[in-house]
Amino acid sequence: MQQGTARSETTEMTYREAVREALRDAMKRDERVFLMGEDVGRYGGCYAVSHGLLAEFGPERIRDTPLSESGFTGAGIGAAMVGMRPIVELMTVNFSLLALDQILNTAATVRHMSGNQFGAPLVIRMATGAGRQLAAQHSHSLEGWYAHIPGIKVLAPATLEDARGMLWTALQDPDPVIIFENVMLYNMAGKLAANAGQVNIDKAAVRRSGRDISLISYGGSLWKTLEAATALAAEGIEAEVIDLRSLRPLDDASIMASVAKTRRAIIVDEGWRSGSLAAEVCMRIIEQAFWFLDAPIGRVCSEEVPIPYPRHLENAALPQAPKIIAAAKAALGRA
Amino acid sequence: MADFLMPSLGADMEAGTLVEWLVKPGDWVKRGDVVAVVETQKGAIEIESFQPGQVEKILIGLNSKVPVGTPLAQIKTEAEGKAAVATPPPAPPPYPVTPAVPPGMVVATPVPRPPPVAAAAASPAARRLAQERGIDLSMIKGTGPGGTITYADVEQRLGAAVAVPPSEPMEKKRAIGLDLDAMRLAIAAAMARSKREIPHYYLEHRIDVSASEHWLAQRNETRPPESRLLMAALTIKAVALAAHRFPAFNGFYRDNKFESSKAVHVGTAIAIRGGGLAAPALHDADQLPLDELMSRMRDLIQRTRAGRIRGSEISDSTITVSSLGERGVEALYGVIYPPQVAIVGFGKTVTRPWVIDGAIGPRPVLAVTLSADHRVSDGHTGALFLAEIGKLLMEPDNL
Amino acid sequence: MTVSTDKPHLSRDHMLDLLKQMVRIRRFEDKCVELYTQEKIRGFMHVYDGEEAIAVGVIPVLEKRDRIVATYREHGHALVRGVPMTKVMAEMYGKQEGCSRGRGGSMHLFDAATNFHGGNAIVGGGLPLAVGLALADHMQGNNLVIACFFGEGAVAEGEFHESLNLAALWGLPVLFVCENNLYAMGTALAISESETDIQHKATCYRIASEAVDGMDVVAVEAAARRAVHAVRESHKPYFLECRTYRLRAHSMFDPQLYRDKGEIEVWRHKEPIVRFQEWLQANQMIHQDDVSRLESEIDAEIAEAVAFAEAGTWEPVEQLTRFTYADPAVPTGR
Repeated sequence: MQQGTARSETTEMTYREAVREALRDAMKRDERVFLMGEDVGRYGGCYAVSHGLLAEFGPERIRDTPLSESGFTGAGIGAAMVGMRPIVELMTVNFSLLALDQILNTAATVRHMSGNQFGAPLVIRMATGAGRQLAAQHSHSLEGWYAHIPGIKVLAPATLEDARGMLWTALQDPDPVIIFENVMLYNMAGKLAANAGQVNIDKAAVRRSGRDISLISYGGSLWKTLEAATALAAEGIEAEVIDLRSLRPLDDASIMASVAKTRRAIIVDEGWRSGSLAAEVCMRIIEQAFWFLDAPIGRVCSEEVPIPYPRHLENAALPQAPKIIAAAKAALGRA
Repeated sequence: MADFLMPSLGADMEAGTLVEWLVKPGDWVKRGDVVAVVETQKGAIEIESFQPGQVEKILIGLNSKVPVGTPLAQIKTEAEGKAAVATPPPAPPPYPVTPAVPPGMVVATPVPRPPPVAAAAASPAARRLAQERGIDLSMIKGTGPGGTITYADVEQRLGAAVAVPPSEPMEKKRAIGLDLDAMRLAIAAAMARSKREIPHYYLEHRIDVSASEHWLAQRNETRPPESRLLMAALTIKAVALAAHRFPAFNGFYRDNKFESSKAVHVGTAIAIRGGGLAAPALHDADQLPLDELMSRMRDLIQRTRAGRIRGSEISDSTITVSSLGERGVEALYGVIYPPQVAIVGFGKTVTRPWVIDGAIGPRPVLAVTLSADHRVSDGHTGALFLAEIGKLLMEPDNL
Repeated sequence: MTVSTDKPHLSRDHMLDLLKQMVRIRRFEDKCVELYTQEKIRGFMHVYDGEEAIAVGVIPVLEKRDRIVATYREHGHALVRGVPMTKVMAEMYGKQEGCSRGRGGSMHLFDAATNFHGGNAIVGGGLPLAVGLALADHMQGNNLVIACFFGEGAVAEGEFHESLNLAALWGLPVLFVCENNLYAMGTALAISESETDIQHKATCYRIASEAVDGMDVVAVEAAARRAVHAVRESHKPYFLECRTYRLRAHSMFDPQLYRDKGEIEVWRHKEPIVRFQEWLQANQMIHQDDVSRLESEIDAEIAEAVAFAEAGTWEPVEQLTRFTYADPAVPTGR
């Protein structure tokens, strides 16, 4: 920071570029770090996140893999176990299912199961979410499934700061960390401080302060939630918007502080309703803040269908601002 | 002598059925020899002896299903009396071991953190009742988890102690279950709320009750005092019947709308020594025969003054009747008790000059007033309602 | 112990050692079976009877700094590698003095001190892990050999193919050791693989491979020397198929409906300990005294291990969530 500047410098950047910067920064600072995944090198990354990195860091450290999700995820776990710091990129959460065995049965278990003799300090990045009419097999939001597993940590950066800053912190963590990047956010542009650096990965953030209702969300849904909050304000309802940021572990303290203040909560979660992460947050609120509640807790999730291809159906299946607004008003008895 | 036991062969094996012995008493066996066949849920499995020696005695018959660990045979060890060749299993550790579960397996769940108590933390149910009844939650001491206010706490505050179950005669002699201070506060809150939220309008009607008085006198002539009917019974019955016919005065105003009640439960205002006031319901007053109505009213009064009315008796009233009796004033304008929408007041009967058939004569005149919720009814309907009451009191045979 | 040259060492001491290692495993497993029937050992348990020549032939050829990944049938591998028998037995009992703090049991023996990266209960689950250990070595330049043991059942899993491909493609120092005992639990190889010549599959991934008689400890050791040398020199993977047989059932609770008793008897006459011992005695390399001596040494060690396990303690329940994460302050869902 220079003396005498009225405000810090910012640069205009997209979420994609912020992730890329995070990768470059990590690779430069720690030679144990390497990126491994399908099309991360020559192709430049399915979502162009790693564009240019192969030329800068070479094929040993920007490592293209065959289509072997289980193989290369397990390899990442093994390499992490003996001193490397791999970043495994699973192209999307949809394909991560092929690696689920390695993630759940090896990465998540090894420290506890071996009596703390071995850990797996790797980072796994995955794209997630729907909204591009990619149909049923390419539109999952399974963050809630992963957040169910003890032994790993699960993050959902929704802002540029978090896209830029969570990776390094995750790489320092001695345990496996999964970072979910919502596909609808890659193009999002905004201002980022020029000296933006690492951020914490265990606290939720209040993105908008309010007194009437807490709208709790994460990832791609955060922006729809903020949009809904703006619309609600025009009707005299001041919503507080919480960005969970860390889905495992959840930052209970921040959630409860908000609900204690507003007495109402809606959780916005792109996963399917039943057994969703929203259900978990709702139950925690009941366990820890029941006596503050003035209305039933609501949730806005994806409809329980395989996500369909045509735009109008896809839109109807996913959480949208109007649904969030309606849920908030219902909680306030202003249907 | 060593016992040969039914072995555990799998995580989910609890019992086995011995279906074949491959040795007999007198046979010598080495460690590892197959000695029997056991049928399990997965199929027949050969089981081996880990104890070398001579088979002494078979302890169990074929085809009996026995739990794992049951002695099946006895084997005399090779060097009986000397230390056994195979090391006998060491003494089990001194834990209270249940067969399938290692000690300490039951995870001690940590005591849940008591939830932080908000100011006037109250359950949703309690809050709703308090809101309906105009109770200020901050005045209530909660008995729920962490000192939170429960539905029962609010009921209690409404001035009613929980009814004593008949099977507990020991409970009969207990202190009056009324907290008069709390009651006053509750009344204050309710009345303030009523005046704040309900747009009252008032009507008054004067009735010649000579017919009723005469009717009562006749009835009561031959009755002992404790079973005599009082005017109060007639007035309540008249109001009940009229309320049945004019539903705009019988029901609840809640959530910005009025819902009339099919049943007519007349809340009867009862003064309590010390400054208390309660208005428990006479249920289905429109259908009660007068004698029964009277005895129930007596019971209500007695129990109310003893502090033994039920919460439902307080909350069920669909309309309230208030009367100041002989020591009162000529007309009484009540305050509606939310969420009801009307209260009928009776003053004291006064002998007045009255015009009958063009001539003036003294008559007992009773002023009946209506305070009603203008959101639900208007003066026109109110007038009809009062007129109906008057008509009923002038024709007591119809009560 | 490690062996440094490629030629089979046929000295008496070495032969005795090979025999002892195999008998030690056999007797340990036998004791485990007995303890299992007494419910001292619980859950699933898979013993190595008949396959001892593989672990004994391969593992001593590795260096201490090399790494091992194994399966749920790994008691023998852990013992030969040098994981103390006391700690292995305590682990079987579930006592916290066990090599995995009692948390893993029979299928999850881990020992960082001997670079023993675990048993694994997922068939084929260890192969990608071994590839990762080798990838790290490739990047760190320590010239290790990563020995990955798995059964022929793993060959059907996708992870087998992905792992072989990755190792060959990236030139990773993995020694794949396939312990082909002809049965994946109850499924015979002949009815589950279109191509039953397993080492041939490895050649299709351009991995140097050979098959060896897994019942002959000397042959296994010689093949292992060739293989380890090749991996260390070439920095490329090697595939060793060891053809063997499982004398006992897949696990404790298995009535073996899928194979013929006659077949088992045939193999019992070819099993590695019997064969080796007979050969040694026929060639007068050892005497019955040697055998008796090593048997009683082994029995004493086993008795000590059992006593150690019996005297061991249960991990306090309050520690249940400890080591879910490295940092005990990380909330675990409460």
